[in-house]
Amino acid sequence: MANLTQFGNDLYTGKRSINFVGNRRIWFTVALLLVLGSVAVPLIKGVTTGTYFNFGIEFTGGSQFTIENAESTDQDIATEAVATAVPDAIARVSTVGDSAVRVQTDQLTPDETTAVAASLADAYGVSTSEVNTSFIGASWGQDVTRQALTGLVIFLVLTFAIMAIYFRTWKMSAAAIIALLDVLIITLGVYSLSGFEITPAAVIGFLTILGYSLYDTVVVFDKIRENTSEDGEDSPRTFAESVNLAVNQTLVRSINTSVVAALPVAAILVIGDFVLGAETLRDISLSLLVGILVATYSTIFVAAPLYALFREREPEIAKRDKRILAVRARSTSTVRPAVADAPVSAE
Amino acid sequence: MARSAPVRNASRALAWLGAILLVLGGVLAGGVIWGGATVEPKLALDLEGGTQIILEAQLEDGQEVSQEQLSQAVSIIRQRVDASGVSEAEVNTQGGRNIVVSIPGEADEETRARIEASAQLEFRPVLATSAPTNQFVGEDGVETPYPSPDPALPAEPSVAPSNASDPSWVTPALQAQFQAYDCANPPASAADAPKDQPVVACESDGSVKYILGPVELSGSAITDASSGLEQTQSGGTTGRWVVNITLDGAGTDTFADISQRLYGATSPLNQFAFVLDGAVISAPSMNGLITDGRPSISGSFTEETAKTLADQLKYGALPISFEVSSSEQISATLGSAQLQIGLIAGLIGLILVVIYTLFQYRLLGFVTIASLVVAGVLTYLAIALLSWRQGYRLSLAGVAGIIVAIGFTADSFIVYFERIRDELRDGRGLEAAVEAAWKRAKRTIYASKGVNLLAAVVLYVLAVGNVRGFAFTLGLTTIIDVLVVILFTHPMMQLLAQTRFFSSGHKLSGLDPKALGAVYRGRAQFRAPTETVRQAKLASSSREAQRRQTIAERKLAEAQQTSSSATTATKEKDS
Repeated sequence: MANLTQFGNDLYTGKRSINFVGNRRIWFTVALLLVLGSVAVPLIKGVTTGTYFNFGIEFTGGSQFTIENAESTDQDIATEAVATAVPDAIARVSTVGDSAVRVQTDQLTPDETTAVAASLADAYGVSTSEVNTSFIGASWGQDVTRQALTGLVIFLVLTFAIMAIYFRTWKMSAAAIIALLDVLIITLGVYSLSGFEITPAAVIGFLTILGYSLYDTVVVFDKIRENTSEDGEDSPRTFAESVNLAVNQTLVRSINTSVVAALPVAAILVIGDFVLGAETLRDISLSLLVGILVATYSTIFVAAPLYALFREREPEIAKRDKRILAVRARSTSTVRPAVADAPVSAE
Repeated sequence: MARSAPVRNASRALAWLGAILLVLGGVLAGGVIWGGATVEPKLALDLEGGTQIILEAQLEDGQEVSQEQLSQAVSIIRQRVDASGVSEAEVNTQGGRNIVVSIPGEADEETRARIEASAQLEFRPVLATSAPTNQFVGEDGVETPYPSPDPALPAEPSVAPSNASDPSWVTPALQAQFQAYDCANPPASAADAPKDQPVVACESDGSVKYILGPVELSGSAITDASSGLEQTQSGGTTGRWVVNITLDGAGTDTFADISQRLYGATSPLNQFAFVLDGAVISAPSMNGLITDGRPSISGSFTEETAKTLADQLKYGALPISFEVSSSEQISATLGSAQLQIGLIAGLIGLILVVIYTLFQYRLLGFVTIASLVVAGVLTYLAIALLSWRQGYRLSLAGVAGIIVAIGFTADSFIVYFERIRDELRDGRGLEAAVEAAWKRAKRTIYASKGVNLLAAVVLYVLAVGNVRGFAFTLGLTTIIDVLVVILFTHPMMQLLAQTRFFSSGHKLSGLDPKALGAVYRGRAQFRAPTETVRQAKLASSSREAQRRQTIAERKLAEAQQTSSSATTATKEKDS
């Protein structure tokens, strides 16, 4: 992959540069469209079908069937029996004790319940009277959600403060958190679009993504901090150009990291999708895969340009930028790219 | 050749890593041989199955369970189960009056008792109270913790106590234990203490600690408890909230005796404590003789806190009482197939990662792979040890978390390697580049891992259930990741920088200065690596000279360069 190495060299020196910061109008428009789309998808789905998101049995509760004295306790029998009775119901099957099978599904209508009970009785060779049906409550109840949300909010506030202290500007924190929300909304949008169930595993996937997104942003921001803080009074680059250079210089890292993080997850998603009964793996790996890719995108196209936008208006930076541009306009008549090729050869 | 400083540091770091691995491995091996540890980490409910305990609400005729009461009970039971460690239990309602608790693996007696017990409520007289810390301000004015109690101190009362409030219960051993007791970090739960002995306990919010006498009454003596506004003799109300308790026959007699003894005694001996699951929920003082078995507790209650206390007194901690209706083994909901698929998929993913890194970083990729292997071994050891000592269990989400951690971990190396390449691009020799790159990469790695660790800690402290397990895995892998970078990847790079293969920038090393464009910066005459080093020094000294120019000089120089350098490649600052 000499090409990527060469690409990295050119990005590092600024010979080649992708204008993430300068073209921010385009990127912000794209981001806004993606966010709007991600909000619209569940809304449209909710209005047309009545379900905004497909929450799993752990959140909504559901129906439970217990088959007593089953001939066999093979769990696949139940999965198939439920699938024949109600095709779109997802069954969680386990055996209880020596000869009972417990099947949990989403909340079913009375008709469906009867159908599933009959199908299960048939499959396990017992009479319908030996299939008990009841409904079960959410194991991931309101209290769990509340605790998790409290934790999340406190975490975000703390991160905001710590990043502000570390980077010595709250504007980086603000840009990072906005990028984080961007990631969250888009990932949720993809979820709604795919119609995959939101299970506790998927929620944990979301939380991982939040961590990953912030992590990725901090890595890139640290380079931005380095570049912009080393720019003295006489830097040849405007603030936005310094930010852009940092993003370009870390671009190879961003690509490599997201590929390395995404490969195992993609493997799980692909394999999990093909194998019957591997829904949990599929659910969590989808949220992770989408999240990793969107997080990388969001850092580069949203967080960094946003940060440049926040800082550029500061009088000192604006003054310096103006001076740099003026020097540049005087000293050359040739047309040059907006960002790259501002040579400062030290020799 | 004398060993250089980087090599010495590297050897020391690697020795530390070896020591850590040996100790962890040794402890685990010892645990497997003598302590009942298992080589395979224990699995959670979704992968291994466990015990399903069905609790049925005990209702009197005509009594109804509200959904709210049930979910309150679920929440309390979940906290109780979680209190036994990261166990990833599942608690939910079933059929409107049952609560199902599923615990991974075999439920041991202790856990079972914890769930089944509708909370133990006990009355104990107060013998002493103090602030909740175990610190005292010594003669030097510094806060010092009290020493652990000396086992030689007499633990038997010198005089046989005449009643439960007798101060002679407080033996020197108990006094020392009391002083060393830290409510924020209690050494043992007062719930397990023998009933006929005094005990040290804390207020449930941790604000006060007590020495309590032996149990005089148990919660079962309470037939009813309710909250209401305090009534005056004439039937009016004082507007204060109180908790009214009704005791049964035997309880009434016992309480009358207690009341007689405590009323008028010096504080704190006039207080008696309601102890729920080992924590003091209230310790009111006796303000009158109560012989009718209908004490009431007044204090700074609000309507809500009075109701909570009344509920706690009446039901134990639960709003309704429950009885175990069945307790059975259940199989895994996901089954071993899921785990297998997960592991196979993870393995395939890992192989892809290996191919990609080798492609990207050539032989340097092997450092990444070796680092991942070290991280993997450390993670395994940590998980196996935690599942042995702390009841940690691996769920499918946990497995996924660990697989994702491959990405997080590999990123540390990628950040570091890219920095080394950047330094090489600036024309440094490999050895110098490794040191300079480490300095900068370290900062980035600490900052970003710090964010991850923060997420893990906050979620672990605040969340319950699965989220807690996830937070634990995240925190664990983050710490291991940082350890591996410091103790393995960086030292390896320091050592490799000494080898001819890497320092000469062999094409396959992944650190070829030519490929990295170090030559590309218009210094074709200085191709040899040694020259590059010299050049780097030159560059840095000329930078120094540049810094010392006045602003006017520098601007002039810049203007000249800018106009004359159509072909000069860009030279970054030293980054």
